[in-house]
Amino acid sequence: MTGRVTGKILSISGPTVSTDLKGLCLYERVYVGHAMLTGEVVRLDQDRAVIQVYEETRGLASGEPVAGTGYPLSVRLGPGLLSGMFDGLQRPLRRLREEMGPFITCGREICGLDYQITWNFSALAKKQAVMHAGDIFGTVQEGAFSHYLIAGTDGYGKIAHIHEGTFSLEEALGQYDDGRAIMGCHSWPVRSPRPYKRKLPPSGPLVTGQRSIDFLFPIAKGGTAIFPGGFGTGKTILEQSIAKYADVDLVVYVGCGERGNEMAEMIEEFEDLTDPWTGRQLMERTVLVVNTSNMPVAAREASIYTAVTMAEYYRDMGYHVLFLADSLSRWAEALREISSSLEEMPGEEGYPTYLASRLSGFLERAGVVETLSGQTGSLTMILSVSPPGGDFTEPVTQACLRTTGALLMLDSNLAHRRHFPAINWFQSYSLYATSLAGYFRDTVSPQWEALQHRCREVLQKEETLREVSEIVGAEGLQDADRLLMLVADKIRTGFLAQNAYGEDAFSPPMKTFEKINNIFRFYDHALEKIAKGLSLDAVSEASEASAGESRQ
Amino acid sequence: MRLSEHVYRTISSIAGPLLFVQGVFSAQIGEVVRVIAPDGRSMDAEVLEIEGDTVLIEVFGETRGLDIGNTSIAFSDSIRKIPLSPDIIGRIFSGAFLPADNMPMFVAEKWSAITGAAMNPAARARPEEFIETGFSVIDGLNTLVKGQKLPVFSCSGLPSRELVSGVLKNARLSAGSAEFVVVFAALGLSFHEYSYYMAVLEEMQTGFVAFINSADEPVMERLLAPRFALTTAEYLAFEMGMDVLVIITDMTNYCDALREISTAREELPGRRGYPGYMYSDLASLYERAGRIKGLKGSVTLLPVVTMPEDDITHPIPDLTGYITEGQVVLSRELHRLNIFPPVDVLPSLSRLMQKGIGKGRTREDHRRTANNLYKYYARGRDLRRLATIVGREGMPDKDIRLLDFAERFEQEFVGHGNSRRTIAETLDKGISLMQQFGLELT
Repeated sequence: MTGRVTGKILSISGPTVSTDLKGLCLYERVYVGHAMLTGEVVRLDQDRAVIQVYEETRGLASGEPVAGTGYPLSVRLGPGLLSGMFDGLQRPLRRLREEMGPFITCGREICGLDYQITWNFSALAKKQAVMHAGDIFGTVQEGAFSHYLIAGTDGYGKIAHIHEGTFSLEEALGQYDDGRAIMGCHSWPVRSPRPYKRKLPPSGPLVTGQRSIDFLFPIAKGGTAIFPGGFGTGKTILEQSIAKYADVDLVVYVGCGERGNEMAEMIEEFEDLTDPWTGRQLMERTVLVVNTSNMPVAAREASIYTAVTMAEYYRDMGYHVLFLADSLSRWAEALREISSSLEEMPGEEGYPTYLASRLSGFLERAGVVETLSGQTGSLTMILSVSPPGGDFTEPVTQACLRTTGALLMLDSNLAHRRHFPAINWFQSYSLYATSLAGYFRDTVSPQWEALQHRCREVLQKEETLREVSEIVGAEGLQDADRLLMLVADKIRTGFLAQNAYGEDAFSPPMKTFEKINNIFRFYDHALEKIAKGLSLDAVSEASEASAGESRQ
Repeated sequence: MRLSEHVYRTISSIAGPLLFVQGVFSAQIGEVVRVIAPDGRSMDAEVLEIEGDTVLIEVFGETRGLDIGNTSIAFSDSIRKIPLSPDIIGRIFSGAFLPADNMPMFVAEKWSAITGAAMNPAARARPEEFIETGFSVIDGLNTLVKGQKLPVFSCSGLPSRELVSGVLKNARLSAGSAEFVVVFAALGLSFHEYSYYMAVLEEMQTGFVAFINSADEPVMERLLAPRFALTTAEYLAFEMGMDVLVIITDMTNYCDALREISTAREELPGRRGYPGYMYSDLASLYERAGRIKGLKGSVTLLPVVTMPEDDITHPIPDLTGYITEGQVVLSRELHRLNIFPPVDVLPSLSRLMQKGIGKGRTREDHRRTANNLYKYYARGRDLRRLATIVGREGMPDKDIRLLDFAERFEQEFVGHGNSRRTIAETLDKGISLMQQFGLELT
């Protein structure tokens, strides 16, 4: 242990350890035991501090040392995060693998940023300029992005001199007039939202390339959306599709308590695929935070904070950042496990009573902001929720509903029919739909909204007709009703359903509009024919034939 | 740190499987402890919690007959580890890792902690190599790949053990694969089932390792046996370079054991009394399946889950489904129609199938055939409900063909009994069925 004062472990219960070490602060990061496991102070009493340990505590003995670090759980922010892959404590998984092989052993601390890499720095702040925390003072090229270097909390004062050229993160880029060095990276405590000048209302859409989302339930940049869905309803695939095709600058993806194999698959895929908006490798715009289900629970709880802090950092440079988490339920469960090991009074289904307030506090970190340096950036959150037994009345889904702007409910019946994305069009909603309609009206087609309404109407009428047709049989319906059912079927199978693997995986708004417009052109055309006395079968045969011709 | 075994006789209280021991010097969480009863009986135990020098110990076995004054507790200064060596292949052990085949214990080459460390997601290789199980419904529609975890969701009374033993006997890997070994963990198995599985294992050509915890053996061992099995599997796969198929039956007994122990510890119960950490606990087992970049072997996991009350939303299948990469769901209805394997195609799923099939893996037309079969069968199933209301006669010819197809598909594609089908035979069968009913491949 370093020269700091150490205390001893008094008691251990699961991931919770208590110590007699004095002088700790709440949420201070500590090292526990000879193995130097990472932990965080979660409760302070007069004679003892309770620590939540982020790693496996098996083998830890009473009497082993505990040392404080003096700062809260933080992440390092600076160039080199993009295309990185980190665990819930921002340890780089690739370097971890190089150093200790394929399995993660405890007590290894590696900084999230690589201090060996050199960056070509150009200064944006002038000599003699007065800096404030949050100001941009220079830029380096990180892959395809201009990475603006932001002054940390200690980044204030008059610049005495500032260099340009090639630097590593260990070297000073310049000096303030009181002698402090200007560094290329800084730390930020993960549980404190990064500051901004002011919040702006979400205005533009976040185009996902998923027809059912963009057309029926659009999400705004700076908004929040959740996908609750039972297992097998395609949450992960939908999250990944959005990560691939969303029209944002950067994506921060958190695999929170999910499958390792899926992450391996995703990484390989992202290395192969290109961003449809810029044509660059997808991985270049992505930061991954991975805490699979078998990695320690406490680190899973921290992982979404680690990730969102990195997302905010890029937002502060004026980028549009998308934050995706799969799945929020695993985070809530981690919170529950920790809470029960602290012997706190449980609320609904054993979750702590502060679940809803923690969640809304977290969700409020999304938004469009004017940054401290005067840029406009946005952070959009799209989160999946895994309700136990597919029951949406459970506390996590319900707590999310209070703060999120869009709910995209994934339906297991649709999934069993292999209708993907299995977004239920009756139960889902988006509070952004009306405010975004103007954008689509102006950029895609003036008819966008009208078709949206007609589409909903057809789907709703179909539902009623289906009940009737189950009793009287499809033949017993009138031609106009049968036509409506045919059109609804076209909407479901030919428009809302979208294969996540083929060419259709990404559907830009124009294509989305053309598809639905074609369906309604057919509908209007057929309605006319039926009104003239033609039978439905004749109409649909004719349309199939003409569709065949136009395809050729 | 202690250098030798420490023995205490300072028990302050005993409640069920839990003992409090006082005045212990530097105990470790998870430390293996021996409890020696006054009559000389020795039991296995583990350190659960530490509060100053008072230690809470959990005993794996019958605590009847323990007392406060004369029972002694020996601390081993080590967490639970098992011996490993290639000689483990072909052996049968109890749930306490004692030889159960009347042979002496093998000589250990190394000792490994049974909890295992988490595989670094950056080190995982994507599972993509096809395993042929010989059952059309699995190979064709819910393809199993090396490194996958694919549970069988069964109901009481359904032939899950016949399905599992069929997979055991038939499973084949593509040519040029590493050596193939089966690790079998049986939890809470009745003697009847035990003898069935042992007969199957002995009949098999491939090597196997078995861990058997019978229905009358200590419940705690049900929590250990799967960890023994997976630690052995990881060793054989990633150090010996073998392809290991791990079968755990029945995970429902595992979860019930977990609940029993959790209640004894007076932990806060979650849904249906199962502990709130059951997801993480199950994940610590299931997530050990996988492949590693740059290493030859693989661990593929096939757990059996019996759904209590046939309810797929019960916490055990529910949490399992959230962790595993798909599921094979058995159906009572198909079983009643004498269809074997009675796999219900609609709720079954293999999430890793996309990468394991197609040209160079199975056959170029695999994906297309599978999608069409699924689509037509799902339509046929939908129509069945309609047919019972309006009657078959009232339906258009196209719908009648779909109805008939669905029936023949169940009987001939799904239910081909124990005869082994190669993947080519499976796909040809599916295509010919669709052709017979004039269903176009799209």
